[in-house]
Amino acid sequence: MIEPVIKVENLTRLFGDFVAVDHVNFDVKPGEIVGYLGPNGSGKTTTIRMLLGLLEPNEGKATVLGYDAFRQSEEVRARAGYMSQKFALYDDLTVWENLEFYGGVYGIHDKSRIKATLELVGLTGHDSTLTRSMSAGWRQRLALAIALVHKPKLLFLDEPTSGVDPTARRAFWDLIYQLASEGVTILVSTHYMDEAEYCERVGVMRDGKLLALDTPGNLKANFIPGDVWEVFAEPLLAGLDALPIIDGVLRVGLAGDHLRTITKRGIKQDDLQNGLASQGVKVSNIMPGEPTLEDVFISLARG
Amino acid sequence: MSDYLVQAIGLRKSFGAVHAVNGVDFNIPAGEIYGLVGSDGAGKTTTMRLLVGALLPDSGEAAVCGFDVRKQIEQVRSQIGYLSQRFSMYEDLTVLENIRFFAEVRGLSSKEWLPRSLDILEFVGLANFKDRRAGQLSGGMKQKLGLASALVTRPRVLLLDEPTTGVDPVTRQDFWQLLIKLVSPPTQLPPSSGKMGGEQEGGRVSVLISTPYMDEAARCNRIGFMRHGQIIAEGAPSELRAILNERILELRGDPMPLLRRVARQDQDVEDVRAFGDRLHLRVGEKKAGDVLSRLPSAIRSEQGRVDDLRAVPPVLEDVFISLAESEND
Repeated sequence: MIEPVIKVENLTRLFGDFVAVDHVNFDVKPGEIVGYLGPNGSGKTTTIRMLLGLLEPNEGKATVLGYDAFRQSEEVRARAGYMSQKFALYDDLTVWENLEFYGGVYGIHDKSRIKATLELVGLTGHDSTLTRSMSAGWRQRLALAIALVHKPKLLFLDEPTSGVDPTARRAFWDLIYQLASEGVTILVSTHYMDEAEYCERVGVMRDGKLLALDTPGNLKANFIPGDVWEVFAEPLLAGLDALPIIDGVLRVGLAGDHLRTITKRGIKQDDLQNGLASQGVKVSNIMPGEPTLEDVFISLARG
Repeated sequence: MSDYLVQAIGLRKSFGAVHAVNGVDFNIPAGEIYGLVGSDGAGKTTTMRLLVGALLPDSGEAAVCGFDVRKQIEQVRSQIGYLSQRFSMYEDLTVLENIRFFAEVRGLSSKEWLPRSLDILEFVGLANFKDRRAGQLSGGMKQKLGLASALVTRPRVLLLDEPTTGVDPVTRQDFWQLLIKLVSPPTQLPPSSGKMGGEQEGGRVSVLISTPYMDEAARCNRIGFMRHGQIIAEGAPSELRAILNERILELRGDPMPLLRRVARQDQDVEDVRAFGDRLHLRVGEKKAGDVLSRLPSAIRSEQGRVDDLRAVPPVLEDVFISLAESEND
């Protein structure tokens, strides 16, 4: 049997009366990319801080790379990389100087290692670029390089691509997949559904509880109670009132210029069309929609 | 006076050598939610700051409800409700006291603000919390209080700078339902939705919202993709997605690295995007059929497994990446 890289058992952390992390259990296998999805305040960062040994659990335990995360946190931190949401780069240092500085923190003074890390994240040739002058996407790469300079076996990414555009995000994720294929295990926390889609398995956090953990495909198949439809109706708000009255309609929401609805499986386009027409709502188009992790989250949150 | 509530023509603003806003044009009619979509540094916030008069444009024109942002900034501001990324409220004051503060700063008399505030709190769903201290509200409620404060002057134009970053999807869903109701014509309002929405003096409201996230952009009536200070494409989400109709295939199988490699080798596959448990392939125009029939056997001949290969509707993220690539060419 393969030893999990992260093993979390009944992990619990209180701040006063507030239960930040509530009896959480999960395992992460070597080379896996696991997402930790939840809104701000749902317990994601508190979990990561416990895994890094920065906070002591009130109950339960976390084993990371075979070490007790709290009692042997030095061992964990020497072998794990952490890229925080608010990574601190020195703006008035160059790319090389930033990486050299942080490498020194880990006892890395080998210039070839720094060079190789810059190459890995695609920053070769930017050694003497001043950090201040870099775009959000480039800064993220440098922050990743800093988390990777000591060749960690495990990488924690806390909201790694917030604020970058899809092109830069995609380039970032190409790198993450490359690292995973080389055997690095990756735990990514995010509050964005877009980002969670990139992970192999996704844990859904809310109010300190881990509500589910599975592949995006399985989460959608198991937790969305039916089929998704996009309904273009006129007037829109009349459609919003009319849809829930139709038999088999489970959930309706406004989605910009149309309505998004989830129906029991087996409900057909015509059923929706006729149901709306009988209530005097005009329909210009109804088409099947793609289920999203947001649908999953809302289903789980509403219990 | 034009029919548009917000107009920008050739708007430019530089900071030193950085062209933050580099020739932006858009028109937002009443009743529309317009999304400015792009990364940090694409020029979204600068555009908003130009519209509220916090910055002066280097060149170009902008108008809000027909008032020129250069010459009539007081009139412009009287028409705008602005919710900035760093919206702050007084944590020691109650919900109602916070709104009162914003109302009085904007010169509303107590006769005006109280009934109006109660309507707004009803509309945003905070009526039962009006006496709670703002510091005791959840993240989602704080955000609704921010929206309520921005609405108290009954603005025709609402500017929202990344309003839902970090909030619970359930709350975010509620927030969007409010925005869509706000811009909808009053005749469409179901009786349950109170006195807000469409009933602003002088007609329907427009919303300009900025976001780096595509799932949020998909909820707008129209969006402008911003990159390097310019709008590189504009349209309804469905129009923009239609650019790539029949050109996105979803592939599931095992092992993923092999699937990626073989897919990349196919002559008609332009781009391969990896997700956790699947790949999205962008194929050339009218090439979906060829790839659908050819790729599975190519994968099997290399001992890979194909569980599913099918055309899927394009998402805005596909479109953005494709547009950004052609811009770089």
